[in-house]
Amino acid sequence: MNPSQSNPQDEPLPLGALAQAAHAAPAMTLPGAIQVDYRIPKRRHPLVAFMRQQPLGTAGLLIILLMVLAAIFAPWVAPYDPLDVDYAGLLAPPSPEHLLGTDNFGRDVLSRIIFGSQTALAVGFLSSLIGSTIGAVIGVASAYFGGITDLIIQRLMDIILAFPIIVLALAVVAVLGKNVIFGIDWNLIMAIGLPMIPKVARVVRSSALSIREMPYIDAARTAGFSHVRIIFRHIVPNVVAPYLIMLTAFVGQAILLEASLSFLGLGVTEPTAAWGLMLSGSAIDFYEQAPWMIVFPGVAISLAVFAFNLFGDSLRDWLDPRIKI
Amino acid sequence: MLRYIVQRLLLMIPTLLGVAILVFLMLRLMGGDPVEVMLRGEGANVPQEIIEAERVRLGLDKPIVVQFGRWLGGMLTGDFGVSMWTGNPVSHEIASRLQLSIQVAVMATILAVLLAIPLGTLSALYKDTWIDHLIRVVSIAGLGIPSFWLGMIIILLLLSYFHWHPPLTFTPLLENPRENLLQLIWPALAVGYRYSSVATRMMRSTLLEVLQEDYIRTARAKGVYERLVVTRHALSNAMLPVVTVVGLEFAFLIGGLVVTEQVFNLNGIGKLFVQAVARSDFTMVQSLVLLVAVFFIVVNFVIDMLYAWLDPRIRYR
Repeated sequence: MNPSQSNPQDEPLPLGALAQAAHAAPAMTLPGAIQVDYRIPKRRHPLVAFMRQQPLGTAGLLIILLMVLAAIFAPWVAPYDPLDVDYAGLLAPPSPEHLLGTDNFGRDVLSRIIFGSQTALAVGFLSSLIGSTIGAVIGVASAYFGGITDLIIQRLMDIILAFPIIVLALAVVAVLGKNVIFGIDWNLIMAIGLPMIPKVARVVRSSALSIREMPYIDAARTAGFSHVRIIFRHIVPNVVAPYLIMLTAFVGQAILLEASLSFLGLGVTEPTAAWGLMLSGSAIDFYEQAPWMIVFPGVAISLAVFAFNLFGDSLRDWLDPRIKI
Repeated sequence: MLRYIVQRLLLMIPTLLGVAILVFLMLRLMGGDPVEVMLRGEGANVPQEIIEAERVRLGLDKPIVVQFGRWLGGMLTGDFGVSMWTGNPVSHEIASRLQLSIQVAVMATILAVLLAIPLGTLSALYKDTWIDHLIRVVSIAGLGIPSFWLGMIIILLLLSYFHWHPPLTFTPLLENPRENLLQLIWPALAVGYRYSSVATRMMRSTLLEVLQEDYIRTARAKGVYERLVVTRHALSNAMLPVVTVVGLEFAFLIGGLVVTEQVFNLNGIGKLFVQAVARSDFTMVQSLVLLVAVFFIVVNFVIDMLYAWLDPRIRYR
């Protein structure tokens, strides 16, 4: 576009002969005639465009941002240390000192929820990133090489898909045990990421398959480019959209799965602050005395998963509505 | 149709075999020797000869392929092995708990279908009105709320308003139907909410897609009553993907039950599985994982058959 034509005032801008003619001959415009808007569509920043088109997704994004900020600034935002045990104030109901009450060790529930967002986000992002990336690599390879490779990979994916997510994750936890490096249980991350691999692989494969048939891929092959170059230069950029969509959608699922595993006592372990863990064990015993121990961590899980689902859904509508998550 | 069924049945075999191999390899990867775990688990001082004898008795000294063959053969004759924790046959332990889990799953499915079809249809017919927005928000929320937490909240509410505790013992359906249903309706509701959300969203999106089709326009142009257009022409075609989702979710419901059974103190498959994982009861874990996977594959097969029956085009492809 010619830069001299850019028009910050948003006024109708005559474009082309037709528009010129319309301006030159005002007599031809009948009252009530259809007004044609010749303005050049303004080029918005993609983020702004997303926010205008997807208000629900924006709401989700805001909640996610809030969570990320809470996780980063947890030591400053949280009113108490999440591990601080206070035997004088066990099971205290919500009050100005403890906004969401305290648990059976006298630990501040609000602080534990704020610090719990670190666990949820770390596990959610890492497992989803690892699972989606492995899935995408498998999907692209499967589509690009085709034939017997494709057949074997797809049957393998079918087999993994035959296990319910949580059953598979639990089985992996049972097999691998714990492996904590940098305060993160990497086996737990693998257990949560593994069930995502076949789903991402399927979606990415179907996107990559349609790209593989494009003439420019043939052209690249004829030109003698290596497989690596064709895959990275020509195929990968075209499957970024489904990859990103699946990645976002799975963060929510990963948070939910982590909460379920921790709730069962097979995920994150005490004394780390994690939402699922806050609901497990003793929380059930104090149903009557301390309902706040149950209500608030669950609200945090639901809100987080809700936000990621909302954002993921909108991102899909915005980038590529045909993709089925 | 018969040819199609046979073809699909044959396709199941490699998947089933693959699942069995994966589960078997998992058991091998668990590290350690099951005999050592069993006999020396609590640091007991067991002489090496007894360990060796036990290994021979269990066939663990044979090559891995022979072991796999034996395991597979045993399962075909209904022998799943013995639980490493209780010492009872695995099949017996599972069978005694299966009824409960299946009943909750069936109840949740009925609940989900009863909610999803009308809600999804309403949402699609009143697209972009407040009805649609409300149903969509409720169903997106259903995807985010953990079913075990919903179960806890249900118990909390029942406790504060009706002083109802989850009973400590399970009442079978045939013994006292009323008691049984009162006990199981809540867990069914807790897992059914998520289930119905998934189905509602599917119902909405497929109905919206179908309503765009040419034959719907034709029917309307012919002057068919709108009610008939929706029920006869649109719904019957929009149901196919919903049937799939309902079937797949049913197969995966066992996953939702794994956690929810803990909350309601139900002694079903899910609880058994979690206990087995926590106790490293490998024979139990592998049998349950295999059972669930086989169940999923069979449900998938049934869905395919249902599809072929509902849509004749599939049979002739």
